Amino acid sequence: MTHAVASDATRSPAPAQEHQAHPIRLYVICWCLLFVLSAASYMVDYAQLQGLLRWGLILLFMTLKAGLIVAVFMHMAWERLALVYAVLLPPLAALVFMGIMVAESGYTLQSREDHFSTE
Amino acid sequence: MTDATAPHTPARPDGLEGVAADWASDQRAFKTASWGKAMMWIFLLSDTFVFAIFLISYMSARSSTETEWPNASEVFALHVGHTELPLLLIAIMTFVLITSSGTMAMAVNFAYARNARRTAQLMFATAALGICFVGMQAFEWSKLISEGVRPWGNPWGAEQFGASFFMITGFHGTHVSFGVLFLLIVANKVRKGEFDSGRRTWLCREKGDYEAVEIMGLYWHFVDLVWVFIFAFFYLW
Repeated sequence: MTHAVASDATRSPAPAQEHQAHPIRLYVICWCLLFVLSAASYMVDYAQLQGLLRWGLILLFMTLKAGLIVAVFMHMAWERLALVYAVLLPPLAALVFMGIMVAESGYTLQSREDHFSTE
Repeated sequence: MTDATAPHTPARPDGLEGVAADWASDQRAFKTASWGKAMMWIFLLSDTFVFAIFLISYMSARSSTETEWPNASEVFALHVGHTELPLLLIAIMTFVLITSSGTMAMAVNFAYARNARRTAQLMFATAALGICFVGMQAFEWSKLISEGVRPWGNPWGAEQFGASFFMITGFHGTHVSFGVLFLLIVANKVRKGEFDSGRRTWLCREKGDYEAVEIMGLYWHFVDLVWVFIFAFFYLW
């Protein structure tokens, strides 16, 4: 009796596989959207938009494309939240690092202008 | 749903409660992802940090230099006839890579429908588009090198431009190349019917287990994902 329980616990059964079967139409729509978004971000450069509008649009299209790829193509939208958070939260540390480096490079630029300017 | 398929597994909570329950279960935390898929995700997470650090170092170099950064729109322009089209090659490369992601997604779909022929065809198409991408990358590199771009300098402005360019696109191109290699290996196994043979291999646990195709797809989509960020920050910014 106990033996049976123990062997049941130690044997690692094949997990209940949840296959990612979705209608092919979904992928085609996602693909078309990615095409449109890429064309749109290319047009930002082609139209020579400048300033905040340019950066805003670049970031917007980039975020939408990345979101589509991760959510639909990589099936993140259908995974359990435990996996979603494990993968999507740690990169926020990179954003913090980015913030630190913005301050750092501002300081570097300042000291270059103060001490190494050639004029 | 769980009740119908596996009456012995208790119903799992969803949402935040589910996150806590999964992680605190003192068992495997990823209840519905196999170890292969979970490990691929963890590898991709580490790769995310690698590319994030490359892009951050590029940002630091670019925002701390006193000299003007070369204008990517002009540097990567292509002459077609008499007009100069900005970023044309990069745009084509972007479309090629997105298309390859599309064919890969469909390959995964056909794999789960256990259509080996279609899966192999679509994976070979994905690999062909990947080779196409790397070819254009090589063309772009040789064009820039012939114009005098080096990791330590270039004719147009800030010296760090070359170092950032070769490092970031080089690392990405390497990822694409290895992806192509792995795609060809898996596609060939699919074509030979290894996943339907019932033989247990390192890619296949049982007859009809096509999850390796989805895991391969995760890597390939990640390569596409990284390109989205490189395209935005390096070429468009």
